[in-house]
Amino acid sequence: MNPDLPPHYDPGAPLPNLPGHSSGGRLERILRSGRFAVTAELNPPDSADPRDVYDRALVLSEVCDAINATDASGANCHMSSVGICSLLTRAGYAVIMQISCRDRNRIAIQGDVLGAAAMGVQNILCLTGDGVQAGDQPQAKPVFDFDSTSLLNCITTMRDKGQFLSGRKLTTRPQVFLGAAANPFVPPFEWRGVHIAKKIAAGAQFIQTQYCYDVPLLRQFMEKVRENKLHEKAFFLVGVGPLPSAKTGRWMKSNVPGVHIPEPVLERIEKAKDQKAEGKQLCIDLIQEISEIEGVAGIHVMAYRQEEFVNEIIHASGVMKNRKPRRAPQPASNEPALAATAS
Amino acid sequence: MYAVRLWSVRHARGLNRFYQAFEKVMVALHPLWNKIGYDKLEKPFQELEKVSKGFLFDCQMCGQCVLSSTGMSCSMNCPKNLRNGPCGGVRPNGHCEVKPEMKCVWVQGWQGAARMDDGLEKIRNVQHAVDYSIKGKSSWLRVVRMNKKVGEFAPKPVKAPAAKPAAPKAEAPKAQASEGKAA
Repeated sequence: MNPDLPPHYDPGAPLPNLPGHSSGGRLERILRSGRFAVTAELNPPDSADPRDVYDRALVLSEVCDAINATDASGANCHMSSVGICSLLTRAGYAVIMQISCRDRNRIAIQGDVLGAAAMGVQNILCLTGDGVQAGDQPQAKPVFDFDSTSLLNCITTMRDKGQFLSGRKLTTRPQVFLGAAANPFVPPFEWRGVHIAKKIAAGAQFIQTQYCYDVPLLRQFMEKVRENKLHEKAFFLVGVGPLPSAKTGRWMKSNVPGVHIPEPVLERIEKAKDQKAEGKQLCIDLIQEISEIEGVAGIHVMAYRQEEFVNEIIHASGVMKNRKPRRAPQPASNEPALAATAS
Repeated sequence: MYAVRLWSVRHARGLNRFYQAFEKVMVALHPLWNKIGYDKLEKPFQELEKVSKGFLFDCQMCGQCVLSSTGMSCSMNCPKNLRNGPCGGVRPNGHCEVKPEMKCVWVQGWQGAARMDDGLEKIRNVQHAVDYSIKGKSSWLRVVRMNKKVGEFAPKPVKAPAAKPAAPKAEAPKAQASEGKAA
């Protein structure tokens, strides 16, 4: 630990809950202090090697207030979110554990919440999950015992009442900051703002949205949010991501559920000489435009297979302003767990 | 049937009014149901509900009907069984992510709710996780019992008067707070 830095700069040091906070996590502190937050998604490895997780996290560490660990997103099987979170919290990262309702029932999920909290997870994002038909194993049985709203309600019950859904008491409550997802870019547009109010009523404290490539639709959604004063009840982090090429954009539009990319955006990238550079510039422009919208508390970067650009994009967008870049947590090679694998 | 289901959403207001009146009659007939016995009535009512609601709404007999809070669009027809609103995968044409040929149950639900007298208020109610232990049971009889506080809804101390003095206290925390939604 560097003695010159205040304790909250040490990524490994646990923080106490501040009054009125539901977690001891950095993300909640940053959001509640009014600073613009940056979260990013980690592309989960198809591997059993912890180094793959640490390598991918390291490139995000400088600018990210928390790293999202996806839970088989797109119904494609990868390393589990609990596993990724366990590794990352050991190295001092702040993580957002995603829980999807597609693969596990209420018994498994409540157990995972306790296990994750015990491993130092302080943020949980409650998702419904893409249908199994979207992934590489459409033969799987879809579970959907909960939906995202009843899942939020369940974890809120565990945290605030200190009990399982059955009423059985917990001896230690999971101190977690709860999130939900919103997709303002698909129908029914006029009700998306109302729907998110339900998730907030069920316990959502922060909201991460689907990829935003259509700022007018986002504005319309945020207007509804402000009208209902929802931005005072929850923190809205808008999803963005660089498109590597127009072709990939078209593929995402037709194959990834819930992704909406307007044609002019795709044309802008298509016309550029260097499509990858234009995709990055588009992302920077979007972040700047989005961060100006009233009620937006932060940005959530989903740079699938382009994590190495996140740092550059965030710095170029200027949203960090005069915030100091974060110190990178301990590199993976210092992990005692890794040394043990030699045997 | 899919076409009838869409018709029901278009006529959500009338159907809801009819159900509200029907529910009042059902609750008023509680003495009769009680005399016959709820256990005896369970089977015939299940059949009746399966046929009538099955025809109108493609009812899946979850046993805890919330049609009044979902714009008369049965949310159990959503491939993800979502009971609180649409997922983020709705297609640009308002169709389902999982079944592209089907209109999203929740896009329909919101249209139905907008037609109903109190639909837009009720659709805001947070629905708790489905209780799969009562799947297949009659939702109508359950509503009457809930209304009259009998059967599984009977107040706990009344239910166990013969118990030892210390027992009711131990029972108390078991009471579930997840009930109370209207059919």
